[in-house]
Amino acid sequence: MELIKPDLGLLIWMLFSFSIVVFVLAKFAWRPILAALKHRERSIQRSLEAAQRAKDELAKIEFGNEKITQLAKLEKENLLKEAKEIKNNIIEEAKEAAKIEAKKIIEEARNSVEHEKNLVINDIKNQIASLSVDIAEKILKQNLGDESTQKQLIDELVKDIDLN
Amino acid sequence: MQRILFNIAVVTLLLLSVQGFAIPEDPTHKEEHSEQQENKKFNPGSFIFDHIQDSYSWHIFTYKGHHYSIPLPIIIYSKDQGLVSFWSSKIAHGHSYKNFTIAPEGEFANKIIEVNEHGEFVARPFDISLTKNVAAIIICGVFMIILFISVAKTYKRREGMPPKGMQSLLEPLILFIRDDIAKNSIGEHSYEKYTPFLLTIFFFILFNNLLGLVPIFPGGANVTGNITVTMALALATFITTTFTGNKNYWKHIFNPPGVPWWLKLPLPLIPFIELIGVIIKPFVLMIRLFANISAGHIIVLGFFSLIFIFGNMDPKLGYVVSPVSIAFTIFMSMLELLVAFIQAYVFTILSAIYFGMASESEH
Repeated sequence: MELIKPDLGLLIWMLFSFSIVVFVLAKFAWRPILAALKHRERSIQRSLEAAQRAKDELAKIEFGNEKITQLAKLEKENLLKEAKEIKNNIIEEAKEAAKIEAKKIIEEARNSVEHEKNLVINDIKNQIASLSVDIAEKILKQNLGDESTQKQLIDELVKDIDLN
Repeated sequence: MQRILFNIAVVTLLLLSVQGFAIPEDPTHKEEHSEQQENKKFNPGSFIFDHIQDSYSWHIFTYKGHHYSIPLPIIIYSKDQGLVSFWSSKIAHGHSYKNFTIAPEGEFANKIIEVNEHGEFVARPFDISLTKNVAAIIICGVFMIILFISVAKTYKRREGMPPKGMQSLLEPLILFIRDDIAKNSIGEHSYEKYTPFLLTIFFFILFNNLLGLVPIFPGGANVTGNITVTMALALATFITTTFTGNKNYWKHIFNPPGVPWWLKLPLPLIPFIELIGVIIKPFVLMIRLFANISAGHIIVLGFFSLIFIFGNMDPKLGYVVSPVSIAFTIFMSMLELLVAFIQAYVFTILSAIYFGMASESEH
């Protein structure tokens, strides 16, 4: 059967041409093609990695920003709170001080009034005393005739007492 | 590059066709020849085998009993005459030249033999003629070299850029062979060593399979359905496996671990079986590709033969049968198109698996 009988001449030609094809293609086609493919794959890989890194970096930066904003907000709130406290304190203190001052003034006023009163009372006492002495003197000076004149006299004297 | 490629193809075609048509057969023989042709009953067996076998000239077509074919150089070495070379047209159709002729029958049927003056067989010379298959192999090889070197140039020019044109057509196949065949079967550690060979063998088989489906020149040669060609391809895989096999590979053949000692020591049964396996692997590669491609061609040609078989009975019957035959032939050709890819893939992946065995490291 010729169909399954290998032919030496064809075998020689085939081995010869096929080796040349393998050699030439391996050296001048497959090597540059595979190298280029590898190179491209590597560069794609590297680009992807770089993109991922950039993304991470950006996320980090964004996170940082957020944190800073958060901090600033907190700081602001704290400041406001503090300011409020200070304000309240100041008001409180002022109120306290005012109260004390007012008390002091009132106290002083009261004291001075007391003093004046005492003085006035003393004065009145003195006047009453002197008046009484005067009245008594006048009564004694008059002749203590009859009862009606006495009465009249006393009324006159009382009228004379000017109460001030 | 594509234009250059096209130009080369055109020039080659022109050169070959000029040769072919410039040397037609002897016109005096034409009459009797065509008569002979008509009287001869259609023989599907010889019709099919003429088409799938190698031949000394590249038959293009037959017009009015006149064969037009591209003559190919015949190179032979005989003991009497030394190295002789001439065009195949000189010995076409039973002619003899310098005592050489093509044997019509016998042990060396359809091969060149040396005869004496009386036309009796003397010897079969050492024959390294550039036959139809050799020409097809060379055409395919040249085509592959031009194609892939041009693609390689595109890769160099467009480094790091996405593929374009022919590059994007071939890149998926190249990546498929590199990643799914070489890397998967051989492994990460040494697949790069074998990838160029696998790529070459894949595209060589694929292009030859596809060209084999084209009925006219430069197709039509049954290259991958020829046992010698598949033998050479299997031999290439075998040689690569054998010469790149590491210590571990040979150890697994001659002293396979995990096998009881009495299976290897007095009578080396397992090593013997392993050694046979080493030979059988490329042998199976050879047979599988040859059988698949040849079978496909035989079936397609068989369907065509039906037309002439029925036509010989009654011309009208031939006309009736031909649409059915052609429909079946188209269907088979589609199947063959699939087979062309599958067989190239199978041959490549099996080669890759053998290389993987040869380069497997000890674990």
